[in-house]
Amino acid sequence: MTATADALVMARMQFAANMTFHILFPAISIGLSWLLLYFRLRANRSKAARTGDARWVQAYTFWVKVFALTFALGVVSGVTLSFQFGTNWPGYLRTVGNIAGPLLSYEILTAFMLEAAFLGVMLFGGERVPPRLHAVAATLVAVGTTLSAFWILALDSWMQTPAGFVMIDGQAHATSWLAVIFNPSFPYRLTHMLLASGLTVSFLVAGLSAYRWLRGQGGPDVQVALRTAVWLAAVLIPLQIVAGDQHGLNTLEHQPAKIAAMEGLWQTGRGVPMVLFGVPDEDLGANRYEITIPRLASLYLTHSLDGEVKGLDEFAGVHPPVAPVFFAFRVMVGMGMLMLLVSWFSAWKLRRGRALTAGLARSLVAMTFSGWVAVVAGWYTTEVGRQPWLATGILRTADAASSVPAPMIATTLAMYLALYVCLLVGYVSVLFYLAGKAAPERVPMEIQHARPA
Amino acid sequence: MPDLPDLAQPAGWLPLVFMGLMGLAMLLYVALDGYDLGVGILLGLATDAEKDTMIESIGPFWDGNETWLVLGVGLLLAGFPIAHGVILGELYLPVAVMLLGLILRGVAFDFRVKARAAQKAWWNHAFHAGSLIAALAQGVMLGRYVTGFQAGAWAWAFAAFVGVSLAAGYTLLGACWLLMKTEGGLQSRAVSWARRSVWLAAAGIAAISVTTPLVSAYVFQKWFSFPNIVLLAPVPLMTAVLFALVVITLQHQPRADERWSWLPFMGTVGVFVLAFFGLAFSIFPYVVVDRLTLWQAAAAPNSLSFILAGAVIVLPVMAASNAYAYWVFRGKARALSYE
Repeated sequence: MTATADALVMARMQFAANMTFHILFPAISIGLSWLLLYFRLRANRSKAARTGDARWVQAYTFWVKVFALTFALGVVSGVTLSFQFGTNWPGYLRTVGNIAGPLLSYEILTAFMLEAAFLGVMLFGGERVPPRLHAVAATLVAVGTTLSAFWILALDSWMQTPAGFVMIDGQAHATSWLAVIFNPSFPYRLTHMLLASGLTVSFLVAGLSAYRWLRGQGGPDVQVALRTAVWLAAVLIPLQIVAGDQHGLNTLEHQPAKIAAMEGLWQTGRGVPMVLFGVPDEDLGANRYEITIPRLASLYLTHSLDGEVKGLDEFAGVHPPVAPVFFAFRVMVGMGMLMLLVSWFSAWKLRRGRALTAGLARSLVAMTFSGWVAVVAGWYTTEVGRQPWLATGILRTADAASSVPAPMIATTLAMYLALYVCLLVGYVSVLFYLAGKAAPERVPMEIQHARPA
Repeated sequence: MPDLPDLAQPAGWLPLVFMGLMGLAMLLYVALDGYDLGVGILLGLATDAEKDTMIESIGPFWDGNETWLVLGVGLLLAGFPIAHGVILGELYLPVAVMLLGLILRGVAFDFRVKARAAQKAWWNHAFHAGSLIAALAQGVMLGRYVTGFQAGAWAWAFAAFVGVSLAAGYTLLGACWLLMKTEGGLQSRAVSWARRSVWLAAAGIAAISVTTPLVSAYVFQKWFSFPNIVLLAPVPLMTAVLFALVVITLQHQPRADERWSWLPFMGTVGVFVLAFFGLAFSIFPYVVVDRLTLWQAAAAPNSLSFILAGAVIVLPVMAASNAYAYWVFRGKARALSYE
């Protein structure tokens, strides 16, 4: 059951395409579910108890539509993944099925229990259940999306830094489930991802709200959503920079080859420089056109100006492909710096109720999907950086592939890609369409609530 | 029949429990997503105004229904990791086609009401096509699975036939659901759809019952050896009775007082349950017919018991909360709003 080289490349491309498509939607729905809960609670807290504070109710009503659409895309792309573990990587389940199975099933069980069952009530039940129960449904959906992330990241982290198991006859068997779940990279990865989701949503909400304002739809509900999002982004981005740094140090300890690829560091040394830019060349064993800052990488990786950092020469044959990891990491960090700049500048411009300006609104619109870019770049950094291993030290990716012929995988890959491109275009255009059209619920709030429910 | 292991040991009974849970999840999936796929298939026959009502009738439920599929596949993955690889590797193509269908209809559900009005017709088509593709592909998967993935044109023709039959069964479920959940002209139309699809569904189940033992010697021996043939006779008999009940009730529907409007739906669900037990009996104790028994394919006992600890807590809560969602949205379908 070994795959040809072509089939392996195709299987990896297909799985990467599906993963990339999938992660876009949880990255929004995790953060957005909590933001919606916040809108809901602000609305319920108001003195106008019957109708709730109109601004927050309207913000909730607009964003819950976005949530419904996002959640649907997350569910359908997630269903795809639960099948593709088997269709594309049968060797994965043969070898680590005893570990991956339970973690994936806990993801499904919790997600199933909290999200799917309460989602109908959260989305459409506003008129049919009491407001407090509605808030409970919204809370459970938010907890459910977060727990989903918990279990999936526990599995992904275990593949990066396995712990709490023994190998018996070529199969992993758990010895301690706590050690399996709370494996060395898990707390860092979970924190990093949850913050990433919060930032993705902040910029999405700020960007779309700014777009609505530019289109003349900037009522009080749009204003409160925009300000909330800008402040959230400004608070989360420094936390994310600290969490990312800690995650990097953890990676240096457990997966030094990944760090060497991220930094484009070819030789082990003391006082190593940070490569601002360069083009890694595997044949040459060095970066072309590189621009460096002396000793800086040693400083932030070892917190000492002449600390030793291992280079790629230490990991001949077992390090990841350098260029994709190197560039993906720079895209992620670059995007993070841009987020810092835009969110702090915006928060300062909007301080104490100051009005939005057209220039600021346009820059927020431009940043609408910056979270997606950073999240995908970050995932490529960590997952390509794991290669050639599927589960570090246990199973190589090449040994897990299926024997499905390459042309069949290529055909279905083409189908998936065509569909995904259409759906992404559809998703983004529907978001802007919803944002641009005059909201019918804006004026007659009281009238709507006055009719018998 | 292969030897059974010691069922007093965890390595003996745990895989059996997982098989039961997985079967339950799959059965719930077929009955529940079956009706909403059926409504999607029927969308091709409806007017634009009817389409809105039809989709509103399944709106609060479809994603909850679909997650039973994820649970079923998840339990296959977690409980029987080796079988997951074998089965889904064999079913690579129909699985890919089914997923495309499910993706298409899942997103169409949301896009059709949120996109520009001019694009709504296009998304309605996508919802219809996606539902039909998913139903046909699931039938093909089932047909391939029960024959143990036999090669050859006949085995594929059988699978294609199961595909059409399952789609007909889903259509019947969908039509009976609409009979319960809608009123007026659409309800009358739903009854006429149900009257037509019931014959196709019955023919499909009868044909599958006859052909499966012919395609598989193992299944033949299980059903037609003495005393099994006597003990199992109630299964086809009850199926026939339920079908007759559904057909007769449909003759007198719709009624202004709504009496018995739930019966065709519940009767059809009963048929699906019986057909499911028939198939499960045919296959047991294999997970992959003639290749892997459920004990050979099972994960390590300590992995299974770890999952079971969670499942015992979660599954009842899940069943209750699903039931609660059905209770909140009980009665005739109403326009959905995010208020």
